[in-house]
Amino acid sequence: MTEALKSREAILTGAILVLIALISTRYPGFAAPGNLANVFNDTAPLILLALGQMIVILTKCIDLSVAANLALTGMVVAMLNTVAPGVPVIVILLIALALGALMGAINGILVWKLSIPPIVVTLGTMTIFRGIIFLISDGAWVNAHEMSAPFKDFPRHVILGLPTLSWIAIAAVLAFYVLTTRTALGRAFFAVGGNPHASVYTGINVGRTQFWAYVISGTLAGLTGYLWVARYAVAYVDIAGGFELDVVAACVIGGVSIAGGSGSVIGALLGAIFLGVVKNALPVVNISPFWQLAISGTAIIVAIAFNARASRVPGRVILKRAEHAA
Amino acid sequence: MKRRTFGTLTAGLTLAACLMGTSAMAQDKTRIAIVVKALGIGFFEAANKGAEEAAKELGDVEIIYTGPTDTTAEGQIEVINALIAQQVNAIAISANDRDALVPALKKAMDRGITVISWDSGVAPEGRQMHLNPSSNPLIGNMIIKLAADHLPDGGDVAVLSASATATNQNTWIEEMNKVLPNYPGINVVGTVYGDDLADKSYRETQGLMQTYPNLKAIIAPTSVGIVAAAQAVTDAGKIGQINVTGLGLPSEMAAAVESGASQSFAIWNPIDLGYSATMIAYNLVKGNAKAEPGGKIGMGRMGEVTLDDSNEGAMADPFVYDKSNIADFKSIF
Repeated sequence: MTEALKSREAILTGAILVLIALISTRYPGFAAPGNLANVFNDTAPLILLALGQMIVILTKCIDLSVAANLALTGMVVAMLNTVAPGVPVIVILLIALALGALMGAINGILVWKLSIPPIVVTLGTMTIFRGIIFLISDGAWVNAHEMSAPFKDFPRHVILGLPTLSWIAIAAVLAFYVLTTRTALGRAFFAVGGNPHASVYTGINVGRTQFWAYVISGTLAGLTGYLWVARYAVAYVDIAGGFELDVVAACVIGGVSIAGGSGSVIGALLGAIFLGVVKNALPVVNISPFWQLAISGTAIIVAIAFNARASRVPGRVILKRAEHAA
Repeated sequence: MKRRTFGTLTAGLTLAACLMGTSAMAQDKTRIAIVVKALGIGFFEAANKGAEEAAKELGDVEIIYTGPTDTTAEGQIEVINALIAQQVNAIAISANDRDALVPALKKAMDRGITVISWDSGVAPEGRQMHLNPSSNPLIGNMIIKLAADHLPDGGDVAVLSASATATNQNTWIEEMNKVLPNYPGINVVGTVYGDDLADKSYRETQGLMQTYPNLKAIIAPTSVGIVAAAQAVTDAGKIGQINVTGLGLPSEMAAAVESGASQSFAIWNPIDLGYSATMIAYNLVKGNAKAEPGGKIGMGRMGEVTLDDSNEGAMADPFVYDKSNIADFKSIF
């Protein structure tokens, strides 16, 4: 099983390298280290959300509210910054994390205690969160000149050659690697998705494990909300519109099984990077915007088809002789 | 899925609002629906202010400000159907698609509803008249002039538009290309599309800066795009090297003008635009004027608009904002 996972990730890494090589033939500057660092930084929000989404999908659930959660948290911290510009960034970060976790917990409670199907819960909360942004902001934007300088500078601040935004994504990948491979909760996510009935017999509370998955996903969405708003220096109702689908796509491309129970941090990371490379490459290779959407979509389907083939366990023919006889 | 949910929600809400409002007073008032490309865009919120101002001035007008939550034609069709059910007197729309809305708007006109388009137009068979914020040739000339004014020696210029199907952006870019020979040395190297999304526009701008290292100016005739482009230029440390200009709102562009990422940009006054659209809709509903080629329709304090052969008219010249006046306007719209 680990062999299969390894090879799937190897295939994806190979696909990313081939893609970068192909782009380089049309635009040589793309593979320059500085540009690749930019691409990684641009993909950091997607990586953060994909990690959270992966945990949720592992438990046989889905979180469609991540982008709306991101937008609502972003709007709240941006508005907070306009009325109280003196609040230090660390407090803003804590508020963003707490608010995101709270919204994740709402999803989790509904799934856990009321047993509503996850797709319905998060579809509902997605609409509610977007609606709340409209209510609190009255449809108005929060613009760059209304935000304080430290608020905007945090994700851009360069440490050891990379912006904070990239470092946060790297730290999250490491933390999630430890979480999923070395902790009881992390293994419970796999168990709950792989076989819910068996995990009940081993003493795992399925609902509570799913609840924690949503809290983790929400927390990351909240954090990304602040980073997103600070990076683009603008907050409005529709930021990150439709981004939840990119996040799910990143997970699926990364080999996270939509049926739950199977997937890896590295897979989700590679899936996000793959989409990030495609998104960043299309503007520089000068392709008609009408083709861009089709190309993104094709890339997703091809990648998933690849994954499906790679992960198919070949059936063992145990009655070969009988088969031939018949 | 998301679009449908939102659209139905909006339609439901407007319908509910209507049911609550009709009983007592609204029947004797002229009800004018201002339908925008999407709710939550500063430009349209400002236009709504102008519409409310016109309603106040006229007295017997009720404004219904509505639109989808994202810039899609499907969303607008649902809103239009809801408005037909409410039997409003007039619909004044800024369209997300020139042709897709025609059947729904035709249905509205068949029911006796006055239909006009403003800002972004509908094909002639889907409306009685169209109010351009300014004339398209004037805007096309203005956006290239804004770039050329700061490039005495000429140089490479790129365009960052909204979606590739946006009616108004495409018309302005077309007009801009027509007058290009009047600006020797200015070389338009390419057009990219940011789809009015902050993150995509930002990425497209980064792409432009990479593809054209000698880029001197970026023209973004869209309020989302110009902000994202200014931010991308600022983050790349290219303030002073690349001038971001085009069409934007003073409140959203204040930081970019102060930092120097944008030397100047232009916009018509959206408050005036909402005001004028409301005045025109009112005059057509009341029969004070007719929408026909050569016809003149009053716009209150904005004077009157004269319609051309395709029943289109222009409100006023775009107005330029720079360091000298941005501070006065950034708190207005």
